[in-house]
Amino acid sequence: MTTYYSKDHEWISVEGGTATVGITSYAQQQLGDVVYVETPEAGKSLSQGDEAAVVESVKAASEVYAPIDGEVTEGNEALADEPAKVNEDPEGAAWFWKMTVADEGQLADLMDEAAYKAYVDTL
Amino acid sequence: MSMNTQGRPTSAGEAGEAFRPKTFTGNRALDMEEPLIFEFGRLDVTGVDLDEPEDFVAELGGNERKDALELPGLAEPEAMRHYVRLSRNNYAIDSGLYPLGSCTMKHNPRLNEKMARLPGFGDIHPLQPLSTVKGAVELIDQLSHWLMTLTGTSAVAMSPKAGAHGELCGMMAIKAAHTAAGRDPKIVLVPESAHGTNPATAALLGYKVVSIDAKDEDGTVDLEALKRKIAEHAGDIAAIMLTNPNTCGLFEREIIEIAAAIHAADAYFYCDGANFNAIVGKARPGDLGVDAMHINLHKTFSTPHGGGGPGSGPVVLSDRLAPFAPLPFIRKGENGPVLVETEAGTVEGEKPFGRMTAFHGQMGMYVRALSYMLSHGSDGLRQASEDAVLNANYVRVGLQDLMSLPFGERPCMHEVLFDDTFLKDTGVTTLDFAKAMIDEGYHPMTMYFPLVVHGAMLIEPTESESRAALDLFIATMRDLVLSAKRGETARFSGAPYLSPRRRLDETKAARNPVLKWTAPEPAEVTPVAAE
Repeated sequence: MTTYYSKDHEWISVEGGTATVGITSYAQQQLGDVVYVETPEAGKSLSQGDEAAVVESVKAASEVYAPIDGEVTEGNEALADEPAKVNEDPEGAAWFWKMTVADEGQLADLMDEAAYKAYVDTL
Repeated sequence: MSMNTQGRPTSAGEAGEAFRPKTFTGNRALDMEEPLIFEFGRLDVTGVDLDEPEDFVAELGGNERKDALELPGLAEPEAMRHYVRLSRNNYAIDSGLYPLGSCTMKHNPRLNEKMARLPGFGDIHPLQPLSTVKGAVELIDQLSHWLMTLTGTSAVAMSPKAGAHGELCGMMAIKAAHTAAGRDPKIVLVPESAHGTNPATAALLGYKVVSIDAKDEDGTVDLEALKRKIAEHAGDIAAIMLTNPNTCGLFEREIIEIAAAIHAADAYFYCDGANFNAIVGKARPGDLGVDAMHINLHKTFSTPHGGGGPGSGPVVLSDRLAPFAPLPFIRKGENGPVLVETEAGTVEGEKPFGRMTAFHGQMGMYVRALSYMLSHGSDGLRQASEDAVLNANYVRVGLQDLMSLPFGERPCMHEVLFDDTFLKDTGVTTLDFAKAMIDEGYHPMTMYFPLVVHGAMLIEPTESESRAALDLFIATMRDLVLSAKRGETARFSGAPYLSPRRRLDETKAARNPVLKWTAPEPAEVTPVAAE
């Protein structure tokens, strides 16, 4: 399993042909207490950069973008009832959706963990 | 002489100033604990005392209400006290400086109120025969004239009820203009610093919102980025929605170039007029290339807003959009203004896209706004804008050495934006800082908006404040900043300490909203028995 990171603070873990997407720990920290999450439904077709999910904190509402092209296979519906999970375990149980990987080449545009850490340090 | 020998000592006893009694009522003198009206109004009593009618026959064909209405029954003095007590817990522009950025909380002159209550304006009905409301129609026409003159535009839709409603109206006119030209563009461009209502309006009309990056150095629109977006979506752009001055309190200096680029792409320029207070009498949006702009009468022209509303958001339109202005509108006639209320009343060249409201809009707000304009005159309106900008810069200069300006020490317009860099490593957040301002008796500034800077604090003092009031505000803010920097975190972390309610748990409220009121057990007042 390899995890990649986007400049918009999404993480994407790829294993076999399936990717799992969520927001980074840095992102949840910046958002503050998350109070509402809307995840996409299975079957939704996404292009890189599309708004795929919505996350709302006490400060603001933000969109979560698709880091790559593909089709949603599962949305994490549990987050709707327990948005606090995004603050507690953003890079684990609080994944947002799973999707197919249409073009593996797009993963090369993303950062690895070390590069993302370095990127966050510049913010 | 006769002498009253009853003693009446006037000095306080020995307990000392620090002693705070625990009161039986829970009240703290004038600071009263006020329950909800449902919690002390009895459902089984009524404030009016009428005899049961004799020989009562219902004539509602069996549709009479069978269950109790369950409205609280209160005598007039009880109802009066309830609302007066609640009002004392309210912070208002009438009680203190209200620096809420982007909201223009200016003084509402009482002359406006007096005018709005004149029977010829206050006691009329929109369905009255036109011949009996000629004065009111004339007033709407005069106000329209002022709005078009101040903005350099050729038409105005008066009926929208507030800013976002005005945005919707302006964007519907733009959509109608595209449709009339046989075009169907899908994209609306919105800068990063926009008011949230801008993308919401575009989305409501079915447009796809594309965000324009702000320039790092000053938060204004990056013209090159805009041109790239226009090229990328050539032929598919309906409009740009831009606020000027923007939500960072900065004037978009390249607005003429932005307008030219938008017009060259066959798109329209919608300007969010929320910040018009900064430029009234100084610049006319029509001259800047704006095609449509709403004007918040309740901000710029001093009609009450917030809880005191209603708002009013007329939309001025350029020549190109004027034909599409919604019904009803006023047309100049030989014998005075003519009110056009239906499609059938239109003449050639008038292609209203429909209507925004059932009637003519907020008449009371029109009277207040025109009263403000006539009492200030055009020179007075210009001075109000100048004073608003001067006051914001006075606050900026008074605080910039201690707080942090995200875009350097350039002059701002009517509001000044700070970020939270100055709080770094103090353990105090923007939210804590705002709450501590409540203890000092100030309504906090706008916080965490605009989103383009970190921990934003947006302060708009308006022209209403005197130099003395600004000096006290600045001194208070400086005291708070220095306190935070000295590490006195307790003053912030639990603030507000002195308000009727302490810090509310916004997270819990959002995660577990209680949306239905349920009756508590009735409170029994038990007199304490003798010991």
